[in-house]
Amino acid sequence: MSSITVDGKEYAVDEEGYLADLSTWVPGIADVMAAQDDLTLTDEHWDIINFLREYYEEYQIAPAIRVLTKAIGKKLGKEKGNSKYLYELFPYGPAKQACRYAGLPKPTGCV
Amino acid sequence: MSILHTVNKSAYERNALESCLGHTRPGDAVLLIEDGVISARAGSTAGEKLAAAMAETGVSIYALGADMAARGIPEDKLVDGVKAIDYAGFVDLAAENDAVEAWL
Amino acid sequence: MGDMNEGGSTKKFLYLNRKAPYGTVYALESLEVVLIAAAFEQDVSLAFIDDGVYQIIQGQDTTGIGMKNFSPTFNALGDYDINKLYVEKESLDERGLTEDDLMPLVYEDEDDDWAEKPSIRVVSRAEMADLMQDQDVILSF
Repeated sequence: MSSITVDGKEYAVDEEGYLADLSTWVPGIADVMAAQDDLTLTDEHWDIINFLREYYEEYQIAPAIRVLTKAIGKKLGKEKGNSKYLYELFPYGPAKQACRYAGLPKPTGCV
Repeated sequence: MSILHTVNKSAYERNALESCLGHTRPGDAVLLIEDGVISARAGSTAGEKLAAAMAETGVSIYALGADMAARGIPEDKLVDGVKAIDYAGFVDLAAENDAVEAWL
Repeated sequence: MGDMNEGGSTKKFLYLNRKAPYGTVYALESLEVVLIAAAFEQDVSLAFIDDGVYQIIQGQDTTGIGMKNFSPTFNALGDYDINKLYVEKESLDERGLTEDDLMPLVYEDEDDDWAEKPSIRVVSRAEMADLMQDQDVILSF
């Protein structure tokens, strides 16, 4: 199993780069994963990442993209509740990429 | 000779519990684990059979607490006379009896 | 499953859940399939009969058995527009359970100013049999 290093500490990740143990997540992991994708995380990114973590905490799943956009629109405003906005933030696919940064497992059956 | 019988299937799913209860002797212990704990819920038709078995054959009946908790069965919802035990209690039962017989 | 939505027609899907959670993998598998298939936007109902009623019982705590407690995920079904969860009364009765022992699952009704409404409907065995007759596809777990 490969790993990523954050603040001198190693964290195991699976073959697709998802954190092996989500309980070990620290915010620095998201920054390091983003840097590997040539991305700098802004407050807008963190809104989504934090939302995903809260959603997972409550429901024990990562939401499908359709559910994510609807919920983001409700929580952060209609102008953000669409997949165009989310794809601009996370060009590799909002659910997949943002979930990876958030330390969540890969969402089942979605982009 | 006394036997610890373990039953890991719900009485509504398989006849393991029924068959087990038909093969016990006074002094034996029956431990319900995994989906087997569903049979120990008070007010259930399976629970009535357990109560009858305790009265008629003199077996002791136990249910594993961790499996009860996973299935949302609190201790105060067990059939009267069924005792909730933890993993250490499971080990004690295995040690106290001469043999362990698993009803799969 | 690619032609499920062919011609834009909506079919009635019933997921039949008959097993208790954790003892076997059926309950978790069913929930995962339901969530994935929700993307196809069909008319989905979930039925809980026999030991399947234990899947949505309140107060599940799996710390002692070292397995993931997936019962909170049922609360997300409303987000996926799955809001018809039929529970058979006879199955509850046989197991010493009542509707009060089940999780209070709700959904927000888009057509009614997002009012919270109960997703669980307790029905008789006869009503459940009628519900089965009324489906296009029944998937068993």
